[in-house]
Amino acid sequence: MSTDTLQIRYVLERPQFDLDVAIDIPMRGITGIFGESGAGKTTLLRCIAGLELPTSGTLLVGGETWQDQSAGFSRPVHEREIGYVFQEPRLFSHLDVQSNLVYGNRRAGANGGAIEFDRVTDLLGLERMLNRKPAELSGGEAQRVAIGRALLRAPRLVLMDEPLASLDTKRRNEILPFLDRLHAELSIPIVYVSHNIEEVCRLCDHLVVIDAGRVVAEGELQAVLVRMDVPQLSGEEAGSVILGTVSAYDPGYDLTTIKFSGGEFRVPGDHGEADAPLRLRIRANDISLCREKPGQTTILNVLAARIDAMQELQGASRLLRLRVGDELLLARITRRSCDELGLRSGDKIQAQIKAVAVRSP
Amino acid sequence: MNLGPLWLSVQLAAITMLLLLAIGTPLGWWLARTASRVKPAVQAVVALPIVLPPTVMGFYLLIVLGPNGAIGEWWVKLTGNALTFSFSGLVIASCLYSLPFAVQPLMNAFEAVDRRDLEAAWTLGATRRDAFFSVALPQSMRGYFGAAVLSFAHTLGEFGVVLMVGGNIPGETRVISIAIYDQVESLNYAAAHQLSAVLLVLAFFMLLALFLLNRRWQQS
Repeated sequence: MSTDTLQIRYVLERPQFDLDVAIDIPMRGITGIFGESGAGKTTLLRCIAGLELPTSGTLLVGGETWQDQSAGFSRPVHEREIGYVFQEPRLFSHLDVQSNLVYGNRRAGANGGAIEFDRVTDLLGLERMLNRKPAELSGGEAQRVAIGRALLRAPRLVLMDEPLASLDTKRRNEILPFLDRLHAELSIPIVYVSHNIEEVCRLCDHLVVIDAGRVVAEGELQAVLVRMDVPQLSGEEAGSVILGTVSAYDPGYDLTTIKFSGGEFRVPGDHGEADAPLRLRIRANDISLCREKPGQTTILNVLAARIDAMQELQGASRLLRLRVGDELLLARITRRSCDELGLRSGDKIQAQIKAVAVRSP
Repeated sequence: MNLGPLWLSVQLAAITMLLLLAIGTPLGWWLARTASRVKPAVQAVVALPIVLPPTVMGFYLLIVLGPNGAIGEWWVKLTGNALTFSFSGLVIASCLYSLPFAVQPLMNAFEAVDRRDLEAAWTLGATRRDAFFSVALPQSMRGYFGAAVLSFAHTLGEFGVVLMVGGNIPGETRVISIAIYDQVESLNYAAAHQLSAVLLVLAFFMLLALFLLNRRWQQS
């Protein structure tokens, strides 16, 4: 009966679909719920919010029972202290931004003071749109207002259902920095549903992978990403996340050098002051391997690695797990190259890596 | 010109309109949201006054509201007065007669309220009732306006039902349409002209206001 866990035990039966999950989510940081469309992510979130009733099961939020179907108990939606951000903004069209923002706050009772209006508008950059109507906002602005409205409800838990999925890449990139700030500056736990692994890698600390209504993997983001027995994480977008700190920025070449336990990375762009923590995403397809350290190469980062595990995949490619310092990386190479180089588990090799900084944690 | 009948008509129409907005709100909301099997039957009953001749409605109302009828008898016990040939009886008859003109616009407006907006309101701490009053109702103002104008105007123009249930008592049940009929019967064409013209102009401007506002709503 832990007070820092969101404990979900749900069974839900539908004609075409069933959900059967037991998940413990930490009441801190951002937890990603990752899976394909139709895997049951949204249904799970709607059950947590009380918008749908599971056939059976329990829900405990920080040790408090919100739902116990066997006892016929389910806290009604409006009494669950959650902030729900839907795929669409769902702003109330008859109210201006200001009134939309305070809608939940005015109904939060004494809790309403737990979060300051100015803090939220500042965090999400909403100050200049307070007097506008929802129809006068861009898609990205409207979604920021929706996030602010959910936060001002002073929730114990924020549920986000693919909040960026309805936006184009440009708008999405406008919002992501705001989500980074929420993560860094607020202590409210967030459950973030997404089918976009890039978003998950950037935002989440914990990861739950769902497929066909079942949990197939859960745990700390970095550890889950490098599991090789999860097909949902072994596809084209397979990759890993490592944590490092900024060492130096070279304005001449516009490159930042980043230190981590396995050496140094150079990535394009300016990523802040020295010693600033940074999160890097490395796609399995962006790693190539050599037996010897290459003499001249256009790849900036060549690191000594050891093959930790190998996974047979169907078709032409193989997935390898590499250990570099304390970090684990995934690499996808062709089966043919693997055979030609005679690669085996435990071999020492050189990894040429293209890394991308995804965010400062 | 004796404007008493016009004033009586306006009073009757205003009271009927207010009652119908109150009755039409839960009824229209239920019709807009329910998946119940009895919904078509309820819809048919609500729409009956549109197709029935006023004399048929008036005849049944006369029986039900009469001193020996189910409601009439109870009313006599309660108040000592008969419902038929009284203003109160006219209000009840008008409410039934104009019911579809209030319920239909309200139902249409409520159907247009996005369930997803209501869900958002619930997750923000609003009870079902709170979400109705703070989200659904303000978003249905156009429906309320339509229901108000149509039920008011329709009641103003009723004749057959009033004649059957209310008769022709000055100051009590002699509404404008009855007064006009009276004047024509006694070949008083000048007086009939005056009252008819007033009613015509009034009806036109009410409907004009409705359609003008509808257009403005559509544009915004």
